[in-house]
Amino acid sequence: MKIRILLLTFATVGALHQRTAWSQTAPANLDSVEIQTIHVQGSVYMLVGAGGNMTIQVGNDGVLVVDTQYEQLAPKLVAAIRKLSEKPIVWVVNTAVDADHVGGNDALPRLANAAIRQNVRIIAHENVVNRMSSAPRGTDPVVPDKLWPNDEYFLPQKDFSFNGEAVVVSHMPAAHTDGDSIVFFRSSNVLSVGDIFTPGRYPVIDLRNGGSVQGLINALNRILQITVPLKYQEGGTYVIPGHGRICDEADVVEYRDMVTIIRDRVQDLLKKGMTLEQVKVARPTRDYDPEYGGPNDTFLEAVYRSLSAKK
Amino acid sequence: MNSINRGRIFIILAVLAFATAAPSFAQIDFSGEWAPLYHEDAPERGPGPELGDYLEMPINDAARLRADSWDADRISVVQEYQCRPHAADYALRGLGNIRIWREIDTATQRLIAFHMHFLAWDSERTIWMDGRPHPGDYAPHTWQGFSTGVWEGNMLTVTTTHLKANYLRRNGLPRSDKAILTEHWTRHADWLTIVSVIEDPVFLTEPLVRSDNWYLDPGQAIGVFGCEPAPEVPAPEGTVPHWLPGANPNLREFAGWYGLPFEATRGGAETLYPEYRSRLRDYKAPEKCERYCACTTLIGPGCNVPPPRPVTR
Repeated sequence: MKIRILLLTFATVGALHQRTAWSQTAPANLDSVEIQTIHVQGSVYMLVGAGGNMTIQVGNDGVLVVDTQYEQLAPKLVAAIRKLSEKPIVWVVNTAVDADHVGGNDALPRLANAAIRQNVRIIAHENVVNRMSSAPRGTDPVVPDKLWPNDEYFLPQKDFSFNGEAVVVSHMPAAHTDGDSIVFFRSSNVLSVGDIFTPGRYPVIDLRNGGSVQGLINALNRILQITVPLKYQEGGTYVIPGHGRICDEADVVEYRDMVTIIRDRVQDLLKKGMTLEQVKVARPTRDYDPEYGGPNDTFLEAVYRSLSAKK
Repeated sequence: MNSINRGRIFIILAVLAFATAAPSFAQIDFSGEWAPLYHEDAPERGPGPELGDYLEMPINDAARLRADSWDADRISVVQEYQCRPHAADYALRGLGNIRIWREIDTATQRLIAFHMHFLAWDSERTIWMDGRPHPGDYAPHTWQGFSTGVWEGNMLTVTTTHLKANYLRRNGLPRSDKAILTEHWTRHADWLTIVSVIEDPVFLTEPLVRSDNWYLDPGQAIGVFGCEPAPEVPAPEGTVPHWLPGANPNLREFAGWYGLPFEATRGGAETLYPEYRSRLRDYKAPEKCERYCACTTLIGPGCNVPPPRPVTR
């Protein structure tokens, strides 16, 4: 039975097309998108548009941007940033390789800094750069080199001071992808975590780009190590998710529990020798589906294949 | 005093009477120290509900499985659970000693808000009365949520959104962060009644309605609650205790202890209504009550203490 499962896994793994970084194109019409600016805490703001949430830190040194949404939204995003600061964009951090997080890497700082000479450093883990610069797979489009980060890191952490506070960029190995970063603004006490955490929707475990369910759980546990509630599991460190509302530790706990419990359930079904199709029929996510956007075979399949691949 | 002066005085008095009477008619003052009455659902609110007791809860299948999977060890193992307070909807039912006070705009003497302080977890809640809007979709959610109130006659109706995910009952029955809580507050002399209605599109098939009562206790002194998380059971980091679907051995205890049909204990909207009895044709009530019989308080006669629960894991 186990051999049969393995053969099935290998036979179909190539056909697995979970959402990949560059198969996701920008929505057809972004003209009607309005940018919402929400003050999170300290010198950190969250900008919501059409792609992933954008984190902005402002101060005397300039502007730091975490994730850049879509290129087409750059004028609106710059207008929103200008309401917070007239200073140039100095740093950009990409939390992952996804198109809705890096699409504005070129246009956003170019527009924002048009009147001045400012070298923008775009930080990402080296795996993001490797994914973007490698030959495209299948029908994936080529990623224009103007979008590539120019300041990659390969150690577990990169930190620096900006606007008077420590900024800590940490690599979360093999989580949503293999190039995920989280960004901690120490004085503001805000953590920007990208698509590792997306309240109200199941996580995207991008196996093709090196993601795994265990890596995702490890990353969520790491987030919980960093966050400290103010009082009685509320407030304190605020968490900006890849998509969705501002959260704190208690919200991440709910999410971590959900992913952990579903992993355990799928692992149990795997031990019983169930095929992927049988697992889908068993629907071990059924009590979480109403809370996380409905049944999601893509997520379930990613968990199944991620756990299968470990054997 | 001539007739013109008498007329002026009458007009001034009339204006004053109108100005002072209008708010007092519409606005009841709930300020004071309030002690809870546990004559409703005492076993659930004090020691806590039995595992698998979903009676009369209008839950859907997702809520039922979530509760079936819940393992109380989670509170011991996952430190982040240990100092979680009751959310606004459950705080009314728990250790419900409360203090209520008004915030008044000194310039206009208008009511800005009612503030509440709960004994449990020192929780504080604000009910805004100044007509401000609720926050947007991307605002953080909190245990007490965001509450606004309006007067309906002398009843205060409170709407609460932006709640964190929490529980309907302390046996794992979940309540989502999409729920909306509506409360109806009424005061009769020294008695306060709050009827709460929870609408949860994630876990409930119809609104869950509950009521809770307090009496005015001016001598009440609410102390500091205090809570410090600490590991009670060693476990590898990231451990989340839970039961796999179909594996929880404790779910039939409740039906057995109380002589109830198991299917009734599984809850669902149909178990709320008297007509449900007609579906339990084969059910025979036990001859003798042996647990929480005629229980209106947790102290004193009339409420037998249950035996220690055997370890079944």
